[in-house]
Amino acid sequence: MKNPSVRRRVFKERLFRLTVFVLASLVVVPLAFLLGYIVKKGIGVVNWNFLFSMPAGVGESGGGIVHSLAGTLLLIVIAVALSVPVAVATALFINDHPKNRISRLIRFTVDMLQGIPSIIMGIVVYLWVVLPMKNFSALAGGVALGIMMLPIVIKSTEETLKMVPESLKEASMALGAPYYKTVLHVILPAGLSGILTGILLGVSRIAGETAPLLFTAFGNPFLNTNIFKPVDALPLLIYNYSTSPYPEWHSLAWGASFILVAFVLILNLITRLVVKKWQIKY
Amino acid sequence: MADKILSIRGLNAYYGMKRAVENVNVDFVKNKITAIMGPSGCGKTTFLRCLNRIHEVNTEARARIEGDIFLNGENIAKMHPILVRRRIGMVFQKPNPFPHMTIYDNVIAGYRLNGIKKKKHEFDTIVEKALTKTALWGEVKDSLYDRGTFLSGGQQQRLCIARALAMNPDVILLDEPTSALDPIATAKIEELLNELKENVTIIIVTHNMAQAGRISDYTAFFYLGELLEYGTTEKLFTNPENEKTENFLTGRFG
Amino acid sequence: MSIMKARDNRGGGQGSALLLSSHQMKEKGFASFLLFAGISVLLVLGAFFVTMILQSWPLFRETGLGFFTTLRWAPMENEYSVLPFLAGTLMTSLLSILIAFPFSMALSILLGEYLKTGPFAAAFKSVTELLAGIPSVIYGFWGIMILMPLIQSLQIKLGMIPYGVGVLTASLILSLMIIPYAASLGRDVISMVPGELKEAAYAMGATRWEVIFHVTLPYARSGITAGFFLALGRAVGETMAVTMLIGNSNFIPKGIFSPANTMASVIANEFGEADGLHTTALIAVGLVLMLLTGLINYAGKSIMKRFQVGG
Repeated sequence: MKNPSVRRRVFKERLFRLTVFVLASLVVVPLAFLLGYIVKKGIGVVNWNFLFSMPAGVGESGGGIVHSLAGTLLLIVIAVALSVPVAVATALFINDHPKNRISRLIRFTVDMLQGIPSIIMGIVVYLWVVLPMKNFSALAGGVALGIMMLPIVIKSTEETLKMVPESLKEASMALGAPYYKTVLHVILPAGLSGILTGILLGVSRIAGETAPLLFTAFGNPFLNTNIFKPVDALPLLIYNYSTSPYPEWHSLAWGASFILVAFVLILNLITRLVVKKWQIKY
Repeated sequence: MADKILSIRGLNAYYGMKRAVENVNVDFVKNKITAIMGPSGCGKTTFLRCLNRIHEVNTEARARIEGDIFLNGENIAKMHPILVRRRIGMVFQKPNPFPHMTIYDNVIAGYRLNGIKKKKHEFDTIVEKALTKTALWGEVKDSLYDRGTFLSGGQQQRLCIARALAMNPDVILLDEPTSALDPIATAKIEELLNELKENVTIIIVTHNMAQAGRISDYTAFFYLGELLEYGTTEKLFTNPENEKTENFLTGRFG
Repeated sequence: MSIMKARDNRGGGQGSALLLSSHQMKEKGFASFLLFAGISVLLVLGAFFVTMILQSWPLFRETGLGFFTTLRWAPMENEYSVLPFLAGTLMTSLLSILIAFPFSMALSILLGEYLKTGPFAAAFKSVTELLAGIPSVIYGFWGIMILMPLIQSLQIKLGMIPYGVGVLTASLILSLMIIPYAASLGRDVISMVPGELKEAAYAMGATRWEVIFHVTLPYARSGITAGFFLALGRAVGETMAVTMLIGNSNFIPKGIFSPANTMASVIANEFGEADGLHTTALIAVGLVLMLLTGLINYAGKSIMKRFQVGG
């Protein structure tokens, strides 16, 4: 019979705890280092000129990224405009008919869509939009990003809608309100924080996506606001500049990386504030 | 003179700055059932949880105690909590058998957790004995290697008692063990406790006065964190000394 | 809808009948709009599959099963095979999961058990979320600047050609990327283990490690497995960081220091300049990729569902 002493077991426990802490710290260190490196290399590059001027010639120093910033913005607007109405409506549908076969199919589809690699999104939208149009465009890029946003917004909205108590809906209907009014004036406002969270999370995700843009928005060394023409974006710029041999372009890529990371961070913070402020407790 | 197995001296229990149990002094008698009674919020559960030092586990609650608890003369504060808990077992309000273990493994979980290895036939004996003592053997002997999830609430609670018994503790603490069970299951467990007390000391927190009256030999009455009265159940129920005890027993409050 | 019928009789008179029917039309219109939105989501996914299958069909007609059995990818000679890239994908993803496993488990246990509350917990959690949000291309950039030279000096010490890029580099960057993701999934699962079970174990005299090993982890086992499946799915589909660090070679990698290509990276590298059958072949590679990730994610999600229902 084996009866390990208390001492031995306590020692095991301490050893285990130490291992866990050490391993966890080992992870945090390089990752924090990564973040720190981005900040260090990027922050020096960012200035007014950087943000608002066009790129200089190849190999020349200076220049800016305004065309990429504008492109990213344009793509986000298109993606949000295309995906949010569909996503919210879909979430409302599945919330109304939770056991319906179509709803179950939709939930399955949303899960599947979320798992599709972003490069495949690029291929498919290339086939659907770029080929028929015979050129790359911001619209194609926006469509690709929009499809990527769909699952995020649908899930976030549905989660919040689920929390709206049945009694609220019934109260509204009992007052004689038609259903669509109930939705617009009672249910949606109650679920607003979820919708906003979904949008913010979706945007922070697609802002950094490169692969879907490679064959859709394609990139553009010039500033372009026409949605039917190719457009540049921050992640595209980072990809192109970082894989180039020019150190000046590397600096610009660090600056752009810093902006992108800062953007994601700020969106995350805003999301948390939104949830706190707009969330209705029942 | 009855044997004192667990002696409490000057026990105060705090959650952070808030005092939940005040200056309790009591001696628990060996191999008897002692009931701890009182209205909600009187500190009885807090008090119970000090006895096996389980209050130390949830650091968020910031529970701490002052005073001494002696198990057979040894101060449990000076013992390692692991050893304390091997000698003082606990059964909780909501039955909590380990869902990912078979019935067999649940009964000997205490040994597994403590890393105590025995031969299979030794474990087999322990399992059969424990389940027999809790009147479960006949009901589960053919499904020992199934997960316990098909058991009813009452059976699950008896499994938890078997699990605690398998370790051969000196004392078993029970925190309202039947409050989640129907009357028939409750009756079975009460019957069980009555038989068990021959070999193990039982301390049971209950909010059910009738239960205390039915099964306990001694009763302690708690009120707002203080031990107002302690004595044989017979005396407490028929001729309480403290007015509040009487009021509680006659249903004036609580 | 029966509430609607009841209202028909209230507020009587013919005038309100007109008002009510216009409401009813709006109702129907609104309900149709919702249904339409839902169905369009289904159609999008369906169209995805149909497009990918149809567009890669010409290639399968050309190569038949050879796509999965031959070993050469040589567009110039019209030879196409998915195997080099399947190998690249599997090697990098599995290696990255292997590397990430101990670290993300440690992080999950740390955040799910030891540091559930308090300032450190919040800090760790925020940093983890932030890191999970850093775009792939930035990881790749950092990898080129920092990781590549490191691997190069290692290769020099080992007497190999200092490519700097290859399976190992790509796997390392992948593991850095999935650790925060896997850790937060694991943390969620571990913190959901019911406190009463842990308490029962403590009450029997178990140490913290024993409770974790005998109760918490077995209970959370399926959830943790599901988490790793999902992380694997993520690793398989990762494109940018891998493309930037894998070395762009279309041969089956011989070892962890070989340059290679994954299914995602060969598409990223060659799709822009491909045409004709080459393009179709790349789409076929994409189809295989899509099916692989779909399978892995489906498996992960089903295991996760079982975890949430049972115990």
